[in-house]
Amino acid sequence: MSIFKLGAAIVAALTPALALAQEGGGIDAAINAAVAPVSNFIVSIIFYSVQIGEVSFPLIVGWLITAAAVCSIYFGFIQFRGVKHSLDLVRGRYADPNDAGEVSHFQALTTALSATVGLGNIAGVAVAVSIGGAGATFWMILAGLLGMASKFTECTLGVKFRRENADGTISGGPMYYLSRGFADLGKPGLGRALAAIFSVCCIGGAIGGGNMFQANQAAQQIANVTGGAESFFADKGWLIGLVLAVVVGMVIIGGLKSIAHVTEKIVPFMAAIYVGAGIVIMISNYDKIGWAFGQIVSGAFTGEGVAGGVLGALIQGFKRAAFSNEAGIGSAAIAHSAVRTKEPVTEGFVALLEPFIDTVVICTMTAVVIVVSGTLDSGLTGVELTSAAFATAFPWFPVVLAVAVVLFAFSTMISWSYYGLKATTYLFGENKTVENIYKLFFCICVVIGASMSLGPVIDFSDSMIFAMAIPNVIGLYLLMPVVKRELAQYQAKLASGEIKRFH
Amino acid sequence: MIKTFIVGYDGTKPSERALEFASKAAKGRGAAVLVVHVLEWSPYSFLTMEEIAERHKLREKEVIRARAVVDPVCERLRTDGLSVSSEVRYGDPAEIMCEIAGKYPDSIIVVGRKGTSNLASRFMGTLGISLIQASPVPVTVVP
Repeated sequence: MSIFKLGAAIVAALTPALALAQEGGGIDAAINAAVAPVSNFIVSIIFYSVQIGEVSFPLIVGWLITAAAVCSIYFGFIQFRGVKHSLDLVRGRYADPNDAGEVSHFQALTTALSATVGLGNIAGVAVAVSIGGAGATFWMILAGLLGMASKFTECTLGVKFRRENADGTISGGPMYYLSRGFADLGKPGLGRALAAIFSVCCIGGAIGGGNMFQANQAAQQIANVTGGAESFFADKGWLIGLVLAVVVGMVIIGGLKSIAHVTEKIVPFMAAIYVGAGIVIMISNYDKIGWAFGQIVSGAFTGEGVAGGVLGALIQGFKRAAFSNEAGIGSAAIAHSAVRTKEPVTEGFVALLEPFIDTVVICTMTAVVIVVSGTLDSGLTGVELTSAAFATAFPWFPVVLAVAVVLFAFSTMISWSYYGLKATTYLFGENKTVENIYKLFFCICVVIGASMSLGPVIDFSDSMIFAMAIPNVIGLYLLMPVVKRELAQYQAKLASGEIKRFH
Repeated sequence: MIKTFIVGYDGTKPSERALEFASKAAKGRGAAVLVVHVLEWSPYSFLTMEEIAERHKLREKEVIRARAVVDPVCERLRTDGLSVSSEVRYGDPAEIMCEIAGKYPDSIIVVGRKGTSNLASRFMGTLGISLIQASPVPVTVVP
């Protein structure tokens, strides 16, 4: 099929979604009105909250942070003890030359990172500090550090219980360790049920956080740099969405890997520009860095000026950390399980670096830049706040950020479309028709996401991503002893020299 | 005394010339020929999720394809009475050739050169040039 035909086919498929929204007012407003009630309903279930004093505490946030803390303690703070070994693995110190040509640990790490580093680091952090104050950053860092242990656990399990297909490809992830791992424990029924729930949530998460949230923020940023409220694009999110959807469709339906490769080459470059600019801003404001960290720490324990005080800051920090690094969510386990390795634990060691890079380094940098720049009280939120913070030092930065946001959004969408696809094939089997329906629906949701205002989108994205954590974390608790055995035998092999360094 | 001729061979014309040169030279000396086929691979290049999932399958296919290039010529040289072995490896061609050469004392590396006189490609550092700079054993570049 030619690219143009494919593009036309995707546009044709998307038209009903637009037609549905044609009557009255703006198209955006109509799509918004149609989706918001559904989104609100789902959000109210996932984010069931208990009232503590004057703030409501979403139980799901406690669920994730508890899991991370339990994993940290159970594995004796592997995230600190094992970090040197992680770096050695990524640097290829233990890579058997005979396995050259297989996916390296470095490649697995960068691919998984390209799915997590993105808008969560730019927009999510801005949301956290604008609602939760500077103190939210402290809790975000803490959640990131603890999350390293849950990431270690889930990625080890992903490899341990993956399935090798007849054609030599590999399928893995929480749906496989829930079903296969629980079968080993003598609970096959429970395992299958949890795996099915996970798969449904994963498809939702792919469409929510992995798609609509990304499209939304990309559209917003394009409108901002082209003139804000007066911009031609200001009320045409659907148009940007349509263009994005066609490009996404070409990659995931048309199999145009070259587009993905081009963006994947630019994304690390963009990340470098982003981090570089952040470092420059911090250096040029070096006198304020001490003060900024003071604000972050004091804000964390006083909750000054934040709705809900300390707890308000804590909830925002935890929430954004989980949304950004996805530890305990189970998504990274899908990516890591495809790597060919003799020892499942090695993927766990590699994966535990992700929350560190994603949350502790990049998210913290964004937060510090926002605090240092003094834009925190500007009333802005999301990408706009980050953009304004960087613009105080580099007036041209919003344009660069807009390009970065669109590219990050795009690469995250491609990665998450894969997660969703794996969940779909788990539920329905390898079936080309079902796969194509899923992919087409994924493209339609790009348009919907780009059209909605931030509120409903971010809530829906959050809820679906967090919903994945319910079955996944149950799996982590029950299968933790398996990981412990794997870790013990791996460390014994290291000590005895059976696994040796090659370089 | 040269005991092993290590030949970089990938089925292209220049590599054919290198192999021919090496096999003739080896025959006269009673030396062995080691045919090396390196599949270019960097552990640091970026892969998409799908490529990661399919990598192992693809690798197996690549090895089969590479064997189909290398094995017939080895067989042909063996019928000529030469002692021939072969290796199919992944990595950077120059690095792999040097590493293998390190394991064979009294060996020599033989590689072909594309018959270009283009100034740019001479400066760009071809396999031959990298080998000359890094090889632990003598290198012959066959024009």
